[in-house]
Amino acid sequence: MLVGEIKQTDEELKEAAGAGNLKALTRPTILGMLAAREAAADAGLLENMEGTGFISANTVGGMGHTEQYCLDYLDVEKEGDFMEYIGTHNCGDSTERIADYLNIKEYVTTINTACSSSANAIMLGARLIKNGIVQRVIAGGTDSLTRFTLNGFNSLMILSKEQCKPFDENRMGLNLGEGAGFVVLESEEAAKQRGAKVYSELRGFANTCDAYHQTASSPEGYGASNAMNKALKSAGLTADDIDYVNLHGTATKMNDLSEGNAIETVFGDQVPDVSSTKGFTGHTLGAAGGIEAVFSNLSISENILFPNLNFTEQMEELNFSPLSDVKEGAEVNNVLSNSFGFGGNNSALLFSKV
Amino acid sequence: MDVYIKGLGNISPQNTADNSQFLEEIVEYNQNNLQVIHPIYKDHISPIRLRRMSRMIKMGIAAASICLDDAGLTDPGAIITGTGFGCTGDTEKFLLAMIANAEQHLTPTAFMQSTHNTISGQIAIMLNCNNYNSTYVNRGTSFEAAFQDAMMLIEEGEANDALIGGFDECTDNHYIITSRLGYWKERDIKNTDLYTAGSKGSISGEGASFFAISKDSGNNSYAKIKAVSHFYKPDGFKDVEKRILSFLEANGHSPGSVDLVVNGLNGDEEGDRVYHQLMSGMLKNCTHTRYKHLCGEYDVSSAFALWLASKILKTQTVPKSVRVENAPEGQIKTVLVYNHFNFSYQGLFLLESC
Repeated sequence: MLVGEIKQTDEELKEAAGAGNLKALTRPTILGMLAAREAAADAGLLENMEGTGFISANTVGGMGHTEQYCLDYLDVEKEGDFMEYIGTHNCGDSTERIADYLNIKEYVTTINTACSSSANAIMLGARLIKNGIVQRVIAGGTDSLTRFTLNGFNSLMILSKEQCKPFDENRMGLNLGEGAGFVVLESEEAAKQRGAKVYSELRGFANTCDAYHQTASSPEGYGASNAMNKALKSAGLTADDIDYVNLHGTATKMNDLSEGNAIETVFGDQVPDVSSTKGFTGHTLGAAGGIEAVFSNLSISENILFPNLNFTEQMEELNFSPLSDVKEGAEVNNVLSNSFGFGGNNSALLFSKV
Repeated sequence: MDVYIKGLGNISPQNTADNSQFLEEIVEYNQNNLQVIHPIYKDHISPIRLRRMSRMIKMGIAAASICLDDAGLTDPGAIITGTGFGCTGDTEKFLLAMIANAEQHLTPTAFMQSTHNTISGQIAIMLNCNNYNSTYVNRGTSFEAAFQDAMMLIEEGEANDALIGGFDECTDNHYIITSRLGYWKERDIKNTDLYTAGSKGSISGEGASFFAISKDSGNNSYAKIKAVSHFYKPDGFKDVEKRILSFLEANGHSPGSVDLVVNGLNGDEEGDRVYHQLMSGMLKNCTHTRYKHLCGEYDVSSAFALWLASKILKTQTVPKSVRVENAPEGQIKTVLVYNHFNFSYQGLFLLESC
């Protein structure tokens, strides 16, 4: 099975996080510690977390250990080292451990809207700041590979045996991945006050629901186009202002057709550069929106667009194709990042150069 | 901005699904695992949908339907849920099948329904509602975070009304695992003796409680919600007291202006100490109530507490079964709901009569 696996073991990652002495850390927790700490350090916040909230997202919590030990947990006579993990199944567990690791107490929560989870975490962060509830947040998500999700997606027959080919006529499904992606958000005022480095402005966002099917997206991509249009509207921009769209682009037959139709609904025949970066990472589920928000911000700050790997053949139903080579020196002012999930949860984030 | 509660739907271990009743008779249990009393589901869900639904989904969809009918709401501006463990039964079903079948020949239904946002997504499909849709999964403050999100959306002008729900189910396996975590009393007690058992741990519960809120008071509101807040790992009792005080003051109140408190007492000697300190200290002049002998302890039990507070304000009656001491004198104008889960997760609601 081809997956986007992080090669280091849990122990190696724990060492890297300086958390070798901590107990009961699940893989999403450790991945999240590393990514959230990197985001906080990049923003110059590590020394003082006061006024900072933490909003994380994931889809299956500590399932990696649950699937390994659940029969042991259920055998009440049995004792052993596995008992360390018995309380880690909950989706809030990694959030709690990461918040404690970073010494965050201000505001802590966790979102699970399946594969759009961390886009919604970032959106919530912006809204909490806007509503004066926190000054700044670290927001994103983390998920690790589990047999549960591998078998789940396999039972839906949407896993590809080959490298995923988003937006390709011959796409065969998705590759699962793992990882964590976080961004630091703060109000313009607070950022200016402390002279913070600014990657972009989160200028618009939207959360809509396809309301079509529990796991499939509507063929015409209503929820997806609705999310992009609403994000544009909330930013006060129009479709022609967008320089690049980081697609959800899972490489399933259904997602790419639905999202492709939605792109044409929003952009007509003036489709900007678009790519799915899932060829690099696999589909990291609850972390995808966070990881792709980081890519989108790097596109803006480094003037670089990342290609859609493995694209060779144009999809018959669409009139546009994704960017298949890296594009350097691009003028990237406005980026849309799409994240869609089971349950019809469609979200879009719009990042703008400042 | 104040919002108004327009509808309730509560499926719990008591007879709460019928909105015309209000705890006239209490159901007594002699084991430490309280399970919901199922309503007649076909009265609330179409038979075709019902056939495919798991226990948790039935509970959630029926509670949502009862609530929407009560409020006369058909297209909520947002659907937001909070849950500790999501669709636990579906998760277990897929997980145990995966282990038993050595990862072969798995059908996807339980996997598809295992995601925590299944119920919010299913409600959207049922209503064909494309609006904002999200799910919070942050242990003991999942419901508070969901409610706060809805109130922010109304404040932002993004929605005029919303459907909010808290749900969790306790399966046999979940009960075994949480027992091993030391959550429950070792000896079976009668639920009505919860507060006098004087030992470690609580009794397990479950439920699905939904609320329709609107920015317009209209006729027949249950209550006005002034504010909701949640906080994480306070520094001991003094910090809790300080936070409750500043929560009240930020909303134009003081301990003296609160008529009644719904306390999250759960029978655990250690965890209940903070409630007792408040009841005999800062909040000593309020009428005190408690509810966990009725619904048990679970991550979103504060949704049951909010239901209780709403019914008390609307009916101006305090059922004998929830009173700590005497019946209040005069009108009940202001209610504070205070609950914590393992002390780490703390939630507050402030309500006023309409």
